[in-house]
Amino acid sequence: MAEVQTKVAEEKEPFFGKKERQLLVDPLNDNNPITVQVLGICSALAVTTLVSKAIVMAIAVTLVIAFSNLAVSLLRKGVPKQIRMIVQLVIIAFLVTVVEQVLKAASYPIWKELSVYIGLIITNCIVMGRLEAYAMANDPKRSFLDGIGNGAGYGIILVMVAAMRELFGKGSLLDYKIIGNTSEYLIDTTTNPYFSWYMPNNVMVLPAAALFVIGVIIWVQRARNAKLVDVS
Amino acid sequence: MYSNKYVTVYTVVMTLLVSVVLAVVVTGLRPVHESNEAVFKKRDVLRAIKDELGTDLASLTDAEVIDLFSNRIEQVVIDANGQPVEGVSAESVDMAKEEKKPAAERQYPVFIYRGDGATAYLLSVRGNGLWDKIWGTIAIKDDFNTIIGTSFGHVGETPGLGAEITDNPSFSRQFQGKQLFDKGQFVSVSVVKGGVRNPAHQVDAITGATITSNGVTDMLRDGLAVYLPYLASIRN
Repeated sequence: MAEVQTKVAEEKEPFFGKKERQLLVDPLNDNNPITVQVLGICSALAVTTLVSKAIVMAIAVTLVIAFSNLAVSLLRKGVPKQIRMIVQLVIIAFLVTVVEQVLKAASYPIWKELSVYIGLIITNCIVMGRLEAYAMANDPKRSFLDGIGNGAGYGIILVMVAAMRELFGKGSLLDYKIIGNTSEYLIDTTTNPYFSWYMPNNVMVLPAAALFVIGVIIWVQRARNAKLVDVS
Repeated sequence: MYSNKYVTVYTVVMTLLVSVVLAVVVTGLRPVHESNEAVFKKRDVLRAIKDELGTDLASLTDAEVIDLFSNRIEQVVIDANGQPVEGVSAESVDMAKEEKKPAAERQYPVFIYRGDGATAYLLSVRGNGLWDKIWGTIAIKDDFNTIIGTSFGHVGETPGLGAEITDNPSFSRQFQGKQLFDKGQFVSVSVVKGGVRNPAHQVDAITGATITSNGVTDMLRDGLAVYLPYLASIRN
């Protein structure tokens, strides 16, 4: 009796097995939405001047992808094929509006800074891309994990870019002042003998700098990850 | 392939469901949004006198900001001739709406801060930057001449260039101690390129943001001019 039971349990797929882990980890490196699939670049350029903004944006996008994946996966068998894109868009737009309203209530200054870009999550290619590529063909649990994974993959790049732009452009990280020319900063370049040459790089604050930084990240990633090198 | 009837019913039910839930969320959160916005505006005004407050503005809680505003700040609204308007609070004046009215019908807010010993008059100005509107709050001392603090805001100036009027505290700090009048004549304060020659009335422009800097100059000259009759009337 006991033997039979263990056999059944072994054959059944575990709740969180290798496949599920893959769904979460793959988008972080091998199949990153920004650096490998090159989706969602526009918002990555716009919201990466400050780490705090990037983190809020990453959380918002992750929530929207995860829950729209979940919803579309639950509905996937009943959705009429003719209007499936419209159904997906309604779900995305609904979730984005809810996220925006909640953010406006939770932190008004951050909403004020992000406002346009929160609304533009609707057009973020990552969201629709995952719905079409994954959620339409897979069960709700895996679709949800796929959404979390892709959101995290998007977020990790966003935060990396924002950290470099904020540190070299403004001399701070998460608004904690690190290097600059007043005594408010940890390293005061006017008095510190080793850093008197330092000047913040204003180019890093400009939108174009995000492109350079993402370019460098893609370069480093491809140099280190043999799987991403084109064979041709 | 699904029948047309199925598709139609599916669409109607889904849209109705989504709109009902959204309506509930939006109406439910509206009071929170409104109080958040009011506090945000109060902080924006106080930013011009942040060095006078004695505490760090960012560390004040929302309740403390509301408290400070009701205890220390007197609100006056003036009309285009500089006469005080009764029954209107300065906070309710929206400069963006006022500038669409004919010049003679516009109203302007004045916030009078009464701190320990020091009194400051906070005047709102609005003008054009490179891409869109820019605005500011100018705090002047009770000699009605010396600026003690400024804060600027913008809709969409370029980050790193024009947006520095808001993001870079050293830009607004330059205005401290500048004077609006020269021998009784209103000359305002100009943002100039290539070094300040007249330290009482000029500040350094932001490199690469000539049009935004000129916009600040124009905004200060035109925006402060409307307050002159009012300032003259309370001085006498």
